[in-house]
Amino acid sequence: MTDATHPIHPAWLRATHWINALAVLIMVTSGWRIYNASPLFGFQFAKGITLGGWLGGAIMWHFAAMWLLAANGLIYLVCNVASGRLAHKFFPLSPRAVAADLLAALRGRLSHADLRQYNAVQRAAYLFVVADALLLVLSGLVLWKSVQFPLLRELLGGYESARRVHFFAMTAMVAFVMVHLAMVALVPRTLLAMIRGR
Amino acid sequence: MIKKPTRMTGIDGAAVVKQALRRLEQPARRLFLRNSLTLGGLSLLSGCAIVDEDSAEQVLMKVSRFNDRVQGWLFDPKLLAPTYPESMITRPFPFNAYYDEDEVPEVDAASYRLELGGLVADKHAWTLPELQALPQTDQITRHICVEGWSAIGKWGGVRFSDFLSRVGADTSARYIGFKCADDYYTSIDMPTALHAQTLLTLTYDGRQLPPRYGFPMKLRMPTKLGYKNPKHIQAIFVTNTYPGGYWEDQGYNWFGGS
Repeated sequence: MTDATHPIHPAWLRATHWINALAVLIMVTSGWRIYNASPLFGFQFAKGITLGGWLGGAIMWHFAAMWLLAANGLIYLVCNVASGRLAHKFFPLSPRAVAADLLAALRGRLSHADLRQYNAVQRAAYLFVVADALLLVLSGLVLWKSVQFPLLRELLGGYESARRVHFFAMTAMVAFVMVHLAMVALVPRTLLAMIRGR
Repeated sequence: MIKKPTRMTGIDGAAVVKQALRRLEQPARRLFLRNSLTLGGLSLLSGCAIVDEDSAEQVLMKVSRFNDRVQGWLFDPKLLAPTYPESMITRPFPFNAYYDEDEVPEVDAASYRLELGGLVADKHAWTLPELQALPQTDQITRHICVEGWSAIGKWGGVRFSDFLSRVGADTSARYIGFKCADDYYTSIDMPTALHAQTLLTLTYDGRQLPPRYGFPMKLRMPTKLGYKNPKHIQAIFVTNTYPGGYWEDQGYNWFGGS
């Protein structure tokens, strides 16, 4: 896939990326409205940035977009593994390489000449957010169906513990998105590549 | 059945503020879905609705009914909800309804009759002593509210599947509906009705069910969210016609179970 005639990102990746972006936007903003109905901590999300209007509306959005998130995520994972892209793009990956690239990035010396190559920080960040999305889905399953998934429920420390896992996994996802958007702003060519493939 | 457990927290400043915030939020909760599907301030900012509200509502309702079917399919009637030791009971257990605690209905024990209707062989109305004379069992389980919070309580009463077979209910029917003294109504699927932990409860924490928890009778299902657990039940009917529910008709998911 280093051939210049091939797109930087294959079409399936671009499609699943943008569908995922929409699904995450709906899940997070409706999730904030659901959180507001019974805040775990001493704050609420501003109503203007939540989706659904009231608890029932937010739940409808949340439990509709979950299908989009899960189906799209599954397609992404299958394509990524089956095409060999996962092994090829994300590995090898070592903590030392991540530290070195992070340092280089902070000094403004990390090259983005070839968008086909993920640097070690990108590799770690993208793998992290995939794992985090998986954790969101699994903890969400426990909140939705705590009786039907007893093993998962116990692994996450019970229903109340799963609520906290779900919340902090959401926080990690939002933190990733913020850094991700900042990086896109710094290297706008990456946005074009994710839209056009070139 | 979704109001916050306002009595759960002790008397402190933060709790009072929280309670006030919830009161303010009450009217918003009662809005019907059609007024509720914009992406908050974002649509105001852009000056247009992001989605056409009516069609979005229809699609979301369809997905919600699809989710009912998925949940019915996922539901394993043999899986039991976790049970807990007495030491883990939440004290005081939160009061919870679509109205305030001072509006809890007063049901007269002496004149109380549980009416049965629909696909039931023996439709005679039950008095409270008759219900209390049936074999009783109890359970300590977690009540999970649609809002997210949960609390552990101890309920005792008649196993609902025993009651249904005693009155000759048609257990091949699809729905069981409930009408309550507080004008609440809801309905459940037959597999949940027949679940071993589904109880027609007459007691809470070893004592007669107090009015605030649903005197004289509440249907307790640890496999369902709080709003599916009707209190002050006056009539039970078995039917194949979808009966809906107080919150369900406003947009809450009908299956509403875990």
